[in-house]
Amino acid sequence: MMKIIVCIKQVPGTNEVKTDPETNTIIRENVPAIINPFDTYAIEEAVRIKERTGAFIYGISMGIPSAEDMLKEAVSLGIDKGILMTDRKFAGADTLATAYTLSKGIERIGEFDLIICGRQATDGDTAQVGPSLARTLNIAYATDISKIIEIKDNEIHCLKITDDGYEEILIKLPALITVVKEINMPRLPSIKSMKAARKSKIEIVEFDGIKADEKRTGLKGSPTQVRKVFVPLHEVNTTLIEGTLEEKAGKLSEILLNLRMEVE
Amino acid sequence: MAGINIIKDKCVGCKACMGACPFGAIEIVGKKAVITEKCTLCGACAESCKFDAIDFKRDERESSDLSQYKGIWVFAEQRYGKLKTVSSELLGKTRELSSLLKTQVTSVLFGHNIEFLAHELIAHGADEVLVMDEEWLNDFNDYIYGEAMTALISEYKPEIVLVGATSKGRSLAPYISSSLKTGLTADCTGLSIDEGGLLVQTRPAFGGNLMAEIICPNNRPQMATVRPKVFKPLEPDYKRRGKITRIHKKPIEGFVKLLKNIDNSEGQSLSDAEIIVSVGRGIGSAGNIRLAKELADVLGGALASSRPLVDMGWMPYSRQVGQTGKTVAPKIYIACGISGAIQHLAGLADIDTIIAINQDPDAPIFKVANYGIVADVKEILPVLIEKIKGRL
Ligand SMILES: Cc1cc2nc3c(=O)[nH]c(=O)nc-3n(C[C@H](O)[C@H](O)[C@H](O)COP(=O)(O)OP(=O)(O)OC[C@H]3O[C@@H](n4cnc5c(N)ncnc54)[C@H](O)[C@@H]3O)c2cc1C
Ligand SMILES: Nc1ncnc2c1ncn2[C@@H]1O[C@H](COP(=O)(O)O)[C@@H](O)[C@H]1O
Repeated sequence: MMKIIVCIKQVPGTNEVKTDPETNTIIRENVPAIINPFDTYAIEEAVRIKERTGAFIYGISMGIPSAEDMLKEAVSLGIDKGILMTDRKFAGADTLATAYTLSKGIERIGEFDLIICGRQATDGDTAQVGPSLARTLNIAYATDISKIIEIKDNEIHCLKITDDGYEEILIKLPALITVVKEINMPRLPSIKSMKAARKSKIEIVEFDGIKADEKRTGLKGSPTQVRKVFVPLHEVNTTLIEGTLEEKAGKLSEILLNLRMEVE
Repeated sequence: MAGINIIKDKCVGCKACMGACPFGAIEIVGKKAVITEKCTLCGACAESCKFDAIDFKRDERESSDLSQYKGIWVFAEQRYGKLKTVSSELLGKTRELSSLLKTQVTSVLFGHNIEFLAHELIAHGADEVLVMDEEWLNDFNDYIYGEAMTALISEYKPEIVLVGATSKGRSLAPYISSSLKTGLTADCTGLSIDEGGLLVQTRPAFGGNLMAEIICPNNRPQMATVRPKVFKPLEPDYKRRGKITRIHKKPIEGFVKLLKNIDNSEGQSLSDAEIIVSVGRGIGSAGNIRLAKELADVLGGALASSRPLVDMGWMPYSRQVGQTGKTVAPKIYIACGISGAIQHLAGLADIDTIIAINQDPDAPIFKVANYGIVADVKEILPVLIEKIKGRL
């Protein structure tokens, strides 16, 4: 039976950040945490493979202890076993340290056929953890997969979205793919699966539970440092075009034609 | 050991740190700041504290000898023998960075039958081009290109490596940075050099609501991907001289096989357009989009849209502007019925004139627009199109 691992990240439910215009500081309300939206497509795709060919699905996350509830939600969506990697030693990780830590959690699971990640996490939008994890585990990978055409014994046949269109590719297994939202339409959990999920047991893995080098996890293992966070300034003088509809259209057509002459 | 602690005696409970924390990870309990488990150790609070009450230690990593790393590299992305514009944009920017660092700009070019592009790269600002022109490099492949780049970087030791944040670049760069165990900053919108000679990489965080400055002090090379259209290429100077170095290596075999390329073919690409007419939910119906299309046609521009229209299937994804779509830099951007959410604005790079048409005078788009018209798009577009046609 295939073994599939889905990497799931907990992110804030919204990126709205209110700022205090006077002090230029951030007012961050307590927003609920959710499954990274892109990861719901990863979960759904794993579940579809399971329905077609049979598979066992692990869901793994590195995050704060409260991410346990998020993994239970993933179980209600069809994950068979949730694993939460949580430890103060993991905190402050950039994408390199995250990929390293996840790779150690995955080594603990043992052999697998396919890892599925979301295209990117909505809190950082880096899209780096997938490729970085594949490199750390020394397996093949492809990003932005929009369709799995066929899974064979030792390879999968996929469509990948690129800037120029699509690519049809064959990837040797074991492999890692990141998926885009075009790949499927995630289902909603049933009441029954939600109830069962609440009782499910999430495995908690701390630093001592993996064979890892402390220098490569968390803040210590992160080459990049955030030096400063600031509110971007958008300042322009807006000219309002006023008058009747006719007049507005007239003035705008003049402005547009003049600007267009400059362009040409 | 890295960590963060509140020095209780010094903390006065002023809440400045709460305001500075992007993660909402600080609470005030009994007039003292308390750091909760949401903390990611970013250090923003420590800087904000006027009372030195936050003890923040990053571990100083043992850094290998960094001084042996020199020069700036730009990965030259090409397809079918045509350079991606982001490569020339990056070369233009690196000329500025290299003069500050008093160093050289090298471009790395991979592919098959592409050596002629080296002159193009030099004309755009490269001092040297490392060319690997091999049959086995014909198709872009993350593993093959990643291994080849890693080998070259280990050999030549550049201090900065820049890659375009295209779909290919975003997939390739993390392979290289992870192989070299160095840092990589995604999707930068700004690059500069600080007093200490470090590369300061600015990128949007929290969906563009905030900007973050990121550095990579103890590892080399410092690596970043940069979004297309953020920087302007230099006027190419075909008289510029540069060195072309041909490199041959043993073929590498990959694990991903390209079977077929299926290219989009749908009119003028957004990245080349000088004029973009962009529609948002305010257009009301899929049928009304033809009004905006007609305006784009009479002006000789391209049609784009906000995300909801793509989500509803009214527009193809390739036409979406914004944080999760394309970044565009036309001379003129006409936003028709777009509210101007921060995620949409994240896709507007260097635009000379933004014109906004929106029914709601308080729509945020008016804050960034040079010209604003409060009107119903469905009503004004037909009149506008007639007026323009009448004067052409
Ligand atoms: C993680 C994330 C990523 C995102 N990425 C993107 C992205 O890449 N690109 C993007 O665009 N969005 C993105 N969004 C969505 C973004 O937050 C906004 O929801 C979206 O941009 C709003 O689109 P809109 O302006 O078309 O619609 P709305 O916000 O609904 O605005 C419609 C506007 O039209 C006006 N209007 C209505 N009727 C008329 C009329 N008859 N005439 C004139 N004006 C009228 C209204 O006053 C309103 O201002 C993202 C969101 C998230 C959370
Ligand atoms: N802390 C994490 N735990 C589990 N998976 C993660 C974590 N961070 C990132 N990922 C995975 O990597 C993908 C890309 O994330 P990012 O590189 O942060 O944009 C996500 O969609 C997840 O599948």
